[in-house]
Amino acid sequence: MNPTSRRLLYLLPILLFAGLAAYFLLRLGEHRDPSEIPSPLIDRPAPDFALPGMTAAEPGLARADLARAGGEGKVTIVNFFASWCLPCRAEHPLLSQLAKHPGVALYGILYKDEPAAATEWLKELGDPYAAVGVDAQGRTGIDFGISGVPETFIIDRTGHIRFRQWGPLDQATIDGKLLPLLDELTK
Amino acid sequence: MIVELGHYALILAFAVAMLQSTIPVIGAQRNNARWMAVAKPGAITLFLLIAFAFASLMRAHILSDFSVRNVVENSHSLKPMLYKITGLWGNHEGSLLLWVLILAIYGAAVALFGNRLPTRLKARALGVQAMVALGFLAFMLFTSDPFERMFPAPPDGNDLNPLLQDPGLAFHPPMLYLGYVGFSMAFSFAIAALIEGKVDAAWARWVRPWTLAAWIALTAGIGLGSWWAYYELGWGGWWYWDPVENASFMPWLLGTALLHSAIVVEKRDALKAWCILLAILTFGLSLIGTFLVRSGVLTSVHAFALDPARGIFVLALLVLYVGGALALFAWRAPALKGGGLFQPVSREGALLLNNLLLATACATVFIGTLYPLFLDVTGGGTVSVGPPFYNATFLPVILPMLLLMGVGPLLAWKRADLAGALTRLWIAGVAALAIAALTWWLHQGGPILALVGMAAGSWVAVSVFVELGIRIGIRRNGMATSLRRLFQLPRSAIGMTVAHLGLAIAIFGITGAAAWKEEHVANLAAGQSLDLGAYEFRLDEAKRIDGVNYWAYRGRFTVSRDGETVATLYPERRLYWVQHMPTTEAAIHTNGLADLYAVLGEPDGKGGWTVRLYREPLVALIWGGVLVMVLGGLVSLSDRRYRVGAPAQRRAAIAAARAA
Repeated sequence: MNPTSRRLLYLLPILLFAGLAAYFLLRLGEHRDPSEIPSPLIDRPAPDFALPGMTAAEPGLARADLARAGGEGKVTIVNFFASWCLPCRAEHPLLSQLAKHPGVALYGILYKDEPAAATEWLKELGDPYAAVGVDAQGRTGIDFGISGVPETFIIDRTGHIRFRQWGPLDQATIDGKLLPLLDELTK
Repeated sequence: MIVELGHYALILAFAVAMLQSTIPVIGAQRNNARWMAVAKPGAITLFLLIAFAFASLMRAHILSDFSVRNVVENSHSLKPMLYKITGLWGNHEGSLLLWVLILAIYGAAVALFGNRLPTRLKARALGVQAMVALGFLAFMLFTSDPFERMFPAPPDGNDLNPLLQDPGLAFHPPMLYLGYVGFSMAFSFAIAALIEGKVDAAWARWVRPWTLAAWIALTAGIGLGSWWAYYELGWGGWWYWDPVENASFMPWLLGTALLHSAIVVEKRDALKAWCILLAILTFGLSLIGTFLVRSGVLTSVHAFALDPARGIFVLALLVLYVGGALALFAWRAPALKGGGLFQPVSREGALLLNNLLLATACATVFIGTLYPLFLDVTGGGTVSVGPPFYNATFLPVILPMLLLMGVGPLLAWKRADLAGALTRLWIAGVAALAIAALTWWLHQGGPILALVGMAAGSWVAVSVFVELGIRIGIRRNGMATSLRRLFQLPRSAIGMTVAHLGLAIAIFGITGAAAWKEEHVANLAAGQSLDLGAYEFRLDEAKRIDGVNYWAYRGRFTVSRDGETVATLYPERRLYWVQHMPTTEAAIHTNGLADLYAVLGEPDGKGGWTVRLYREPLVALIWGGVLVMVLGGLVSLSDRRYRVGAPAQRRAAIAAARAA
């Protein structure tokens, strides 16, 4: 090995380290929360699903309903909830407010819960949903990539997911992110 | 008052470190004996000051002095005394104090016991050690002060994370730090050698004991952590390739390579640049690990919750030490004169290959750990890297190394007869195939890797004995002569035998636990039974009990096989009141060959319990093997050579005495 390439070989460790250090500096500058996991479904079409209603009389919820609402010019909000979920109770009044927004159709998916318990829960708190689908096994939840309840998805008129809220909605997120997004999607 | 004295001691230590990192080093450059002589008292003073600071914080924890912020954030009056003591290092500031204490301990040890070290080497090494301490003392004093007071003092503290209130975990940090902070000494010696421009057999002889001590501690520390994860986390697993687990494993891999390279430098004056680079990188990885854990860049169960501002400080330290060292390496290492030449097939060649394989293994772990971060920044999305990746990349590198481990010790220096060595290992090959066949017969339909693992373990174990046999001449001499020679073997040789054997045992354990683990998760009510293989687990009852700083549900399982009771297990699900944190206390029964493991999960509110049952064959061998490796290292460390010193100096002393 000639002396020049030998010297270059000795330079390799410091060069690699310099790259690593630059990368670490970049990461530190980002101020990202490492536990924040973005949804891989953003800008993708909503997954296909067809769920039964809470009682035999109710029609349930399917992706076709989302498409139909989109066709009518509405932005759909799909909210995964359960009666055993305390944060769902906390976000409920905010959801009810959102449902009143013109150009919005709010749908609910009951996740791993008993329809009877949920009916009681909705009777107590009020039912803001245009329709509710029952995901007893959690398969649809898996398709949407949720890791718990509540999670809320905003789906535009073309059926693509535009926003995912992990955990309960709060007023700050609604004012800061949701409402501007809704304005943009209903333009 | 004592806390303020401790704080002052730390500031004084900072000042001493400033002096210690300049005066001896300049003295060595100018060959000024008096300036170089500052190194020994400097290192000892540094140690005494930091020890005092540590003791004063320890006193605050023991007395539950809630006017000290560190005690408030991590302790509670009801916490058991053992955890009041060990809670000192269960948080960022306290663990940093432990870090610098161990840096200082190694420095003082070299100062006290390194009397026959060449003066210039000693002065420079201790100077560099003090430079590292300086950086971390600055980090503590300016951003992470453990001595901060809190007024008004709250009536009680926030309690220590319940996961840390555990005997295994209490001692895991000090052991680990003795390990990867201990590699700082090898780092300091390497920098000293680069400044000197000379790496010789004497240097390698001096570096080995400190590197070996650090390696022993790191092996023990990783073993403790793994054992703790097994019995505490409640999933029957013992290694998760968690970023911080990897951060301790990577220095171990390179540290092992360093230990082996030092042999070549000592015996044959070759592989010098490798040795220096490994010494720099081993400690460098320790520093990178420190950065990853404390900067907030990674999520991990281990990560201290920190802000990026502190992260920048650690990154600066990292760039200063590792960047500085690697720059020095690029500049000075090419001038290191290579020594003995050797053929590719030789013991040196085998050790070089060993280095390459261990370094590659380390690189795969490094890539796996940082890959999610790299991908994130380049917009590739979020991925998690887990066992499938490491099985696909790490195992294919380690398996050839295990093969090599059997052959290497049988190869001669400079030029070896590979065919001859392999022929002598025929019995190891036969044993490996036999064990593989036995495994296949016992566990038909099991994973192929199990066969490979058992074969690899047998190969290493038997070849270790073959090598021992050849060394004591068991074929040529009679039993008496061979036994005599066995007891006359240098301890480093016995240490090698024992340590390699320990690894083989651990491999059996790893293979068994990974390949033949049985598990069953279900919902059980009191009185119901669940089958796991040949065993029946019956949940007799689950009742509520109260502990010192927690309350718990305790279940009682009766485990039977073929109708006969084998064990009674008492798993608990605890809730620590102050931190509102639940922990599982798994109940484990071991008969040495397999573990029966029961975990009590959530109650479903209707009298039923989620229970997790595991049977883990051979898992105890993992920690048994680690223990044997540690033992091998200790035996090697007790070798007379390290206490007597380099022979050249003694001969010179005798010659001088004769001349006088």
